[in-house]
Amino acid sequence: MTADGGPELVQLLTPEGERVHHPEYDVDLSDEQLRGLYRDLVLVRRVDSEATALQRQGELGLWAQCIGQEAAQVGSGRALLPGDFAFPTYREHGVAWARGVQPLQLLGLFRGVTNGGWDPHEHNMALYTIVIGDQTLHAVGYAMGMQRDGSDDATICYFGDGATSQGDVNEAFVFSAVYNAPVVFFCQNNQWAISEPLERQTRIPLYRRADGFGFPGVRVDGNDVLAVLAVTSAALQAAREGQGPTLIEAFTYRMGAHTTSDDPTRYRVSADLEAWKLKDPIERLRVYLARNGWADHDYFDAIDAEAETLAIHLREGCRSMPNPEKTSMFDHVYAAPHPLVEAERAEFAAYHASFAGGEH
Amino acid sequence: MAATTMAKAINAGLRKALENDPKVLLMGEDIGKLGGVFRVTDGLQKDFGEARVIDSPLAESGIVGTAVGLAMRGFRPVVEIQFDGFVFPAFDQIVTQVAKHNARSAGRTPMPITIRIPYGGGIGAVEHHSESPEAYFAHTAGLRVISPSNPLDAFVMVQQAIACPDPVIFFEPKRRYWDKADIDESIDIASAPSPFQARVVRPGSSITVACYGPMVRTVLEAATAAAADGTDIEVIDLRTISPLDVETVAASVRRTGRLVVVHEAPVFLGLGAELAARITEQCFYSLEAPVIRVGGYHTPYPPSRLEEDYLPDLDRVLDGVDRALAF
Repeated sequence: MTADGGPELVQLLTPEGERVHHPEYDVDLSDEQLRGLYRDLVLVRRVDSEATALQRQGELGLWAQCIGQEAAQVGSGRALLPGDFAFPTYREHGVAWARGVQPLQLLGLFRGVTNGGWDPHEHNMALYTIVIGDQTLHAVGYAMGMQRDGSDDATICYFGDGATSQGDVNEAFVFSAVYNAPVVFFCQNNQWAISEPLERQTRIPLYRRADGFGFPGVRVDGNDVLAVLAVTSAALQAAREGQGPTLIEAFTYRMGAHTTSDDPTRYRVSADLEAWKLKDPIERLRVYLARNGWADHDYFDAIDAEAETLAIHLREGCRSMPNPEKTSMFDHVYAAPHPLVEAERAEFAAYHASFAGGEH
Repeated sequence: MAATTMAKAINAGLRKALENDPKVLLMGEDIGKLGGVFRVTDGLQKDFGEARVIDSPLAESGIVGTAVGLAMRGFRPVVEIQFDGFVFPAFDQIVTQVAKHNARSAGRTPMPITIRIPYGGGIGAVEHHSESPEAYFAHTAGLRVISPSNPLDAFVMVQQAIACPDPVIFFEPKRRYWDKADIDESIDIASAPSPFQARVVRPGSSITVACYGPMVRTVLEAATAAAADGTDIEVIDLRTISPLDVETVAASVRRTGRLVVVHEAPVFLGLGAELAARITEQCFYSLEAPVIRVGGYHTPYPPSRLEEDYLPDLDRVLDGVDRALAF
C-alpha cells in the first residue's frame, strides 16, 4: 500500500495549494464558499485543540481528537443537504459542526454529564456511537426507511479503517447493496486503529472492498476539502438517483493520539507525522486562497480571532456545565413507565433523603 | 372462531398490526415467500408486499441494526430471529443500541422494535435450536421481555408488543406453536390486559407455582395430577419477564406460603433466582419453605435424545412441589 494514496487518489487541491483537475470529479465554488470552508476547518481545529486542553485540565474525562481529519469531515459534512442524515462515530466533530450541532454539545459525552448531547432529529445527525461500526447498519436502515417514504434524501455513515474489519460494517455493505439503499459509506482511513496500522486490517486498499459487494468505491485525498466535497456530493447524488451505495475511502492521517488516553509514541515514528504535516488540510487551502487573492492577512487574522472567541466560549461553557441531577439516571430508560425503574428511583431517593440535610 | 394454533394466532396478530399501522414492517430470514421456517409469517408478504415484509440477508446483526435505523426514521420494525441460538450475532446491537437509544437521546429516538424469537426445547432439534436465553435480555435495562403461553395471549401480546414504544423481545415457545385455542380476533388490544402483568391461570391454596411460556401447559398438567392427590396448586403464568410482575406472585405466596418457579432456562442466575430473592424480601414472614427452582441444568443444551431429561416435565414439577411442601 502506498503511503501517498497511490494514483487512484482523487485530488483537486495539492498539498502545495495548487488547484488540479480530475477527469471525473470537480467542484465549482465561489471565493466566498471557499472562504467558508477555510473558516470551517480553522474553527473545527480550534474546537478540537480546546477540547484536548480541557481534558488535560481535568474538565473532560476523555477527548477523541480529529486533528488532521478536518477536511474529510467538513468536506463530506458540507456535501450533505438538510434532509440527509449523518451517522457518526465519536470523532466526527467536523461533521457535527457542518450539521449545526453546537461544539459545546459535543463535550457533554466526554465530560460525563450525558450519554447523548443533542437532538438527532433537529440536526439530522445521530448521536456519537462508540461501539465500532454499529452505526453503519443504522444508516442503512434509515436509508431503507427513506426508500419506503419515497424521499430523495440519503444517509452518510462514518467509520474508520479499523471498523472495516467489523462484521457489522460488512453486513451494512451487504444490506445496502441488496436493497440498493441510498447510503454513502464514508471511511476515514487515518492509518491507525489505536496502535494497529492499516496492515492489521486489510491486504488491499479499503476502497476496493466495495468491488466485492457490488458497488463503487473511490479513494479521495482526505486532506483535500475540495476533493472530499466533490466525491461525497457525487456519491450522495448517485444515492438520490437510485444508484445505491458508494464506499468513499478518505485517505488521511490521525495527527493526534487515538484519544487523550493514548500514547502514540509507543507505536509509531515521528517521521510519519512530520511527512503528513506537509499535507495539512488547512494550510493548502490557505495558500490557495491567498495566492488567488481571495483572502488576505486581515481575513485570516479575523478567522483566528473568531476561533479564539469560540475557544473561550467553549472553555467557559464546559466549566460551567452542571452535573446532571442524581435521579436523572432513571429518566428515559424506557419510553413507557417500567415498575422496576420507578421502584428503584424511589428507593434511591429515599436512601439519599435518609441522610441529614437530605443529600448524601 | 375455530380453534387456532399459536403459530396462526401470531400470524393473525402480525396481520392486524400491518393493517392498523402503515409504519409496521416485518423483516427476517425466510419470512417472505416461505412464510418463515415455522410459517408464522405465512402469506403476509403476498398481501402486504416486499417493502413491508422483507426477506433479509442471512445476518442477524444486520437485521437488528437496520431495524434501529428504521425505528429512527419512524417505522415500527418487527424482526424475526429464526431460532433462539441464532440471536447472539445480534446481541451487540440489541444490548448496546436497541436497549440504550431512548435513554441516550433523552427520549428523542425511542426504539419501538419487536424482536420475535422462537425459543425453548422439546422438538427434537439439533444444537442451537432449543435454548432459552431470556435472562440475558431481562438483565439489560431498556428492553422488555415477554412470552405468551397460549394462542390467545400470543395473538394479543404480539400486537401489544408492536404497539409498545419500547423495544420488546417477544419469546415464542416453539413447542407450543401447534397448541390450539379459540381466538376472538375482534378483541381490542388497548382494553385487553397489559402484557406486562402476570395472570393466575389456576387458583389454588396449597402452593404457588410460577412459570411462563412453554412451561405453563406442563405446570397446569402437573397441577391436575397433584389435585388427584389433594394438593391444590395455584398456577401463575408470569407472561412478562421484564418488567417482572412480582406483586401478583407475592399476593399468591402470602396466601399459600410456598413458591416453586419453573422454567426451561438454566436455574443458575435465571428468572427463578430473581423471583426467589424478591419473594424472600417481600413475603419473608409468609413463607413456610424456601423458594424452590425447577429448570434446566448448568450444561449446554443437551443432544435431543437427552432433552426429556433436561427439560422440566410433570414429574420434576411435582418433585419441586413435594420438596417445598416437605418443610
